[in-house]
Amino acid sequence: MLWVDKYRPKTLDNLIVHNDVAQNLKKLVTEQDCPHLLFYGPPGSGKKTLIMAILRQMFGPSADKVKVENKTWKIDAGTRTIDLELTTLSSTHHMELNPGDAGFQDRYIVQEIIKEMAKNRPIDTKGKKGFRVLVLNEVDRLSREAQHSLRRTMEKYSASCRLILCCNSSSKVTEAVRSRCLNIRINAPTEEQITKVLEFIAKKEGLQLPSGFATRIAEKSNRSLRRAILSFETCRVQQYPFTNNQAMPPMDWEEYVSEIASDIMKEQSPKRLFQVRGKLYELLINCIPPEIILKRLLLELLKKLDAELKHEVCHWAAYYEHRMRLGQKAIFHIEAFVAKFMSIYKAFLIATFG
Amino acid sequence: MAPVLQSSQPWVEKYRPKQVKDVAHQDEVVRVLTNTLETTNCPHMLFYGPPGTGKTTTALAIAHQLFGPELYKSRVLELNASDDRGINVVRTKIKDFAAVAVGSGHRQGGYPCPPYKIIILDEADSMTEDAQNALRRTMETYSKVTRFFFICNYISRIIEPLASRCAKFRFKPLSEEIMSSRILHICKEEELNLDSEALSTLSSISQGDLRRAITYLQGAARLFGSIISSKDLISVSGVVPQHVVQALFAACKSGDFDSANKEVNNVIAEGYPVSQMLYQLFDVVVEADISDEQKARICKRLAEADKCLVDGADEYLQLLDVASNAMRALCNMPEEFPHES
Repeated sequence: MLWVDKYRPKTLDNLIVHNDVAQNLKKLVTEQDCPHLLFYGPPGSGKKTLIMAILRQMFGPSADKVKVENKTWKIDAGTRTIDLELTTLSSTHHMELNPGDAGFQDRYIVQEIIKEMAKNRPIDTKGKKGFRVLVLNEVDRLSREAQHSLRRTMEKYSASCRLILCCNSSSKVTEAVRSRCLNIRINAPTEEQITKVLEFIAKKEGLQLPSGFATRIAEKSNRSLRRAILSFETCRVQQYPFTNNQAMPPMDWEEYVSEIASDIMKEQSPKRLFQVRGKLYELLINCIPPEIILKRLLLELLKKLDAELKHEVCHWAAYYEHRMRLGQKAIFHIEAFVAKFMSIYKAFLIATFG
Repeated sequence: MAPVLQSSQPWVEKYRPKQVKDVAHQDEVVRVLTNTLETTNCPHMLFYGPPGTGKTTTALAIAHQLFGPELYKSRVLELNASDDRGINVVRTKIKDFAAVAVGSGHRQGGYPCPPYKIIILDEADSMTEDAQNALRRTMETYSKVTRFFFICNYISRIIEPLASRCAKFRFKPLSEEIMSSRILHICKEEELNLDSEALSTLSSISQGDLRRAITYLQGAARLFGSIISSKDLISVSGVVPQHVVQALFAACKSGDFDSANKEVNNVIAEGYPVSQMLYQLFDVVVEADISDEQKARICKRLAEADKCLVDGADEYLQLLDVASNAMRALCNMPEEFPHES
């Protein structure tokens, strides 16, 4: 088992990070009633962990018994029927899914599944009516229409079904949905908190962890706890006992992007652009999301640039990322950014050195 | 064991005024409508104004007071934006309902029961222009037996022919005193403890929108128990603390790109919603002691970034671009990029 899963807190007690949020959530659930919740925060900040813990707090250990199902829905949409397939994780009390995976048909998923859940309303041993919980991940990836139909269904079926929504950026969730939920912001853990968690794990595993090394992992992690723990485990496999200045293996795709960055800094020509295209395709084929590539590329370029060029480059990065969102094929826009950068940089070089 | 479900009504619904005269701060409307209650005569109406000022409440209250609970179902049709309201619905559902004749007015159980029906079209500004056009004739043909209440935020999105058929009422944003007294009333009913600082915070973050204020209050009460401080309210509302916004602005002023980048990274890692951040940054920029041209330059980019965010662009890149643009404006760097070919 990976350490990330092994040391994932199971309950709302004794958390190292977000303890205050957890205590509030606990209070919220013990009142036997719970509004719709919306968790938002950057990746690796512990949203999912808190959601699982809150489910356990509500329903007891039976919430842990989950089964993975590949469900298909037959949806009657007026003139034709649509077949949709989606992976769900469910227990007797909750169901979890990624509605964004259904692409542009996500609207049907949202409507159908909530209706279905509302129909099969659980009745507990005392014959009282209960509710089930639907956990929707990545709601920021839902289309506008899906979010609008969510808004109606949330009110209609609020008696039998509670929603827990989880997303990275709440700007992309419509105001209407946000105002119907209790919004809970989960901030990324600070570096000290990450260090503390790493020390805790080291103690449990019986490892000697030099404090300087823990701080270095925390610094490198970009304030993502998941990443910190994963790279900690990788280091453990590579070399133990730890030394203070042990090398940390960087992610291979990040290496690759920084290689691309230095490529385009060295030479600005159509030929080089062609080579870079091959490398970009390589990244895309390996399922690195295009916006992450673009962001990383910008980061690498910013490291090497003069201050006056930084403004210009970051403007174009924002511009092409927006274009990418509106368009369909990401490669065009990343490549356009690279070409733009080359032209700006070349002009800059000519202006400075003649 | 599944938890037992208690009837948990949102406070917004629970404390919605039931009678027209209880509606706060909208004197002209209330006067006209009380008159309506007495004479049972009423024109088509168009309510417009910012959210959370009591438009829907007023419309529902007058309908309830006119017809009472028994007749309400058969006499009032309520449609809002979440219902399907394309041109087909106007042609069938609304027309059918409007066409039904009703008996002449007899007072029943203490309610006036005038001889017409009411159709309430909530959020009418989200109706398509075609659908609105289709309504024109319907309104006139059945004006004997049906009254229309349109409710919208922006009157400019209602087509002129419809607007001219209605008596228009503007709903004003609630003033701070009215809002505070309403909030204090709810606090007393719900046994909450709210100090004066928290009260003023609540008024300022909700910006005259009473519904938002009550929703925040309920959220905070659920999460933090009966003693609520202003910090709790801020954390529930998703408002970015002022010092974070100031820090970003100061970093832009300093002219150092890397420190601005660091602040932007910090904002993203703390998980603050960037759309809210832009909004508050806008406030800071408008108040700031800089030249008008600088303000204009920053605001232009703020508007563009907001549009990009709506399109789903990346938060980090947009905020970074806004920050870089603000920095160039504040440090009097040229607006055009020098190396663009």
